[in-house]
Amino acid sequence: MKAIRNILDNIKPYVEKGGKFHFLRSTFDAVETLFFVPNRVTQSGCHIRDSVDMKRAMIVVVIAAVPALLFGMWNTGRLHFEAIGEVAAFWPTFWYGFFKILPIIVVTYVVGLTIEIIFAQKRGHEVNEGFFVSGMLIPLILPADVPLWMVAVATAFAVIIGKEVFGGSGMNIMNPALIARAFLFFAYPSKMSGDIIWVSGMSKGENIVDGFSGATPLGDALVGNLDKLPSPMEMIIGTIPGSIGETSVIAILIGAVILLFTGVASWRIMFSVIAGGLIMGLIFNLAAVNDYMALPAWQHLVLGGFAFGAVFMATDPVTASQTNKGKYIYGFLIGLLAVLIRVVNPAYPEGMMLAILLMNVFAPLIDHYVVEANIKKRLKRLKVVQKI
Amino acid sequence: MSKEIKIKKGLNINLFGEAEKTVFELNSKQYAIKPTDFVGVFPKLLVQEGDVVKAGSPIFYDKYREDIQFTAPVSGKIIEIKRGAKRVLQEIIIEADNGIEYESFGKAKPDDLKKEEIIEKLLKSGIWPFIRQRPYSIIADPKAEPKVIFVSGFDSSPLAPDYDFLVHGKGDEFQTGLDIIAKLTSGKVHLNINTDLPGSRVFTNSKNVQINNFTGPHPSGNVGTQINKLDPINKGDIVWYLRPQEIITIGKLFLEGKYDASRVIALTGSEIKKTSYYKTYIGASIEGMINNNLKQENVRCISGNVLTGTKIEKTGFMSFYDYQLTVIPEGDHHDFMGWMLPGLKKHSFYRTFIAWLTPKKKFKVHTNINGGERAFVMTGQFEKVFPFDIYPMQLIKAIIIEDIDAMENLGIYEVDEEDFALCEYISTSKINIQSIVRNGLDMIRKEMS
Repeated sequence: MKAIRNILDNIKPYVEKGGKFHFLRSTFDAVETLFFVPNRVTQSGCHIRDSVDMKRAMIVVVIAAVPALLFGMWNTGRLHFEAIGEVAAFWPTFWYGFFKILPIIVVTYVVGLTIEIIFAQKRGHEVNEGFFVSGMLIPLILPADVPLWMVAVATAFAVIIGKEVFGGSGMNIMNPALIARAFLFFAYPSKMSGDIIWVSGMSKGENIVDGFSGATPLGDALVGNLDKLPSPMEMIIGTIPGSIGETSVIAILIGAVILLFTGVASWRIMFSVIAGGLIMGLIFNLAAVNDYMALPAWQHLVLGGFAFGAVFMATDPVTASQTNKGKYIYGFLIGLLAVLIRVVNPAYPEGMMLAILLMNVFAPLIDHYVVEANIKKRLKRLKVVQKI
Repeated sequence: MSKEIKIKKGLNINLFGEAEKTVFELNSKQYAIKPTDFVGVFPKLLVQEGDVVKAGSPIFYDKYREDIQFTAPVSGKIIEIKRGAKRVLQEIIIEADNGIEYESFGKAKPDDLKKEEIIEKLLKSGIWPFIRQRPYSIIADPKAEPKVIFVSGFDSSPLAPDYDFLVHGKGDEFQTGLDIIAKLTSGKVHLNINTDLPGSRVFTNSKNVQINNFTGPHPSGNVGTQINKLDPINKGDIVWYLRPQEIITIGKLFLEGKYDASRVIALTGSEIKKTSYYKTYIGASIEGMINNNLKQENVRCISGNVLTGTKIEKTGFMSFYDYQLTVIPEGDHHDFMGWMLPGLKKHSFYRTFIAWLTPKKKFKVHTNINGGERAFVMTGQFEKVFPFDIYPMQLIKAIIIEDIDAMENLGIYEVDEEDFALCEYISTSKINIQSIVRNGLDMIRKEMS
């Protein structure tokens, strides 16, 4: 600890303003603050400050996503071996997925953090922690067989266009992780949809056993093959094809508990997303004219990316509504739209991504009306007083 | 008529170093009056170094409101006039005589006096600056008509002094003071107490006021919270407020005809060997309290509480309005992996540190910011400690972009920086919210004048 501090103190003069390596200031700063909380003290206002900081808040989200990641690794291996008709023990299965997914994570972090550091250096800011989370969430919403260069391009797009052009973490309008996903979805549709991308090794067609379909439940549902849907239990446990982190509702729920308990994510949003999804599902049930519409409403919650979106994506505080009342409306509409897009739209099997991105755009409008109501109340109070 | 109000949103920060209930005499040699304690006042000096003053002799007045003058808390000789950058007046230091000589302002009965006479007496004796107003939290305008006057009978901030202890046995002076201020408004005088705390008979026996009961966590004792719950400020309204010891000073002016600046103040904080209460006068040098009484030397002395107080030197003086000196360790050290470790000893509003396991535990806190400044990221946090019907983050953002209309609409007249102290404390983004709010108030005040 002392040794690390000494090394950092020795390097510091070189990266300070005027130093030889000033262009590495942000990089140094990021490393230094990773090891040590800065020694800066309060100057005005509160003399004491809460122990929490952005790093702490963000690491909680990363930790909350770990169960989904670990399950995703195991599931990737499991699906792979099932596809090639082999049976493997637990650890080989897990390690297969681990080595498949680790490169995706590494590429995401390297590309994203490099861009973040360059922008921080240019702007003279500290490196923001927002990408801690985005870098974790992007791999979790990608298919296991995604080419690494696509991951790199999508991450770069998300960080630059989705975040930095607006001014960096805290200023962005849409969720950067979902922007990465949406970019891939619309830029490489043939690669990112269909039945073969979801199972590792399947796009190359290596030794796939006859009759194995890599189709996700949502893909099946969209084309009307509702009889092929896995059982609800399988969908809850997550032993189904899908994006890496989205399949297991149980793993996601563990994350949800961590987020809600620490208060990092808003329960209002999670609750209302689920309520919105359920209600739209029930409406479809009442007016069902096909099998998909008749699917029990609660099964929409365990299908596809609904749970993952509700817990990790919709709750992003920057892009969600900022007022408490607004959060209910925002979440409710996400749930509603996600199920609506899924069931009625013929082109997109999954509605969650689009619903969240759409509501990200509308969140400021929702807030505007919520705040406006508060302003009206204040003006009314003034008028009442003036009349007396 | 009295109201019961329960504050639900807020946060009590339990710290080590509460003041023990013993009172010592603090015979300080030096006292100072600090023009920087008065928001929006431009001081014009009336004295020079070497002048001899009595308690109640004018020291300086406000350039823009000349009738508001500030007087010496004790008698003695002016030994130093300290100026800071750009010759801004910092401190006027008085070396006290052994016994105090008072200027005489004449005794009077509240009932015999008209409002104008009361105001004149208060202005002349230098007691007027105790009466402050919302909006802006500045010294009240003697020509204005407050719709109501508020007195908060308790302090809910961290390590706050026990008001019962401060006013004990001064019931007559307190009642006289209340009678006086009741004549300053056509509206009510609210005295707000907290029945969860040991109640003071001085408060519960007082007449000529409406006594309301507030319960709940900090900031229930802040006058801003109490105004918002009982009689919120609309645009154009003026509310005056004072605190109990200040009312006693007013009472003494009329009962005894002198400006008695005596105060009981609390010495608190984790770095004090023996915490206690001290009987002294406004502006006392703190040396007598902390000499040989510090656990270590690298400390911060705060006149006031840890959330809203003023940083002062170890040789500094108490601020005009403060009843409390808090001494906590400086946090100028690097905390290894501080943001990652479980953190059993770290106080936090959030449950990301395992200190939530022990909610009743007391904490030793230091002055480290505990992180770097960021843009607003987390939302919905301020609302949990901000008991106003106001959107705190939206108001702060309106101030940052200097949108006067939006500030007005979002309720800036109802708040001051003290009300945002907890928001600043819990801010994950480490934003200096109190100074932003003060900027906003100054902007509005300029715009309105």
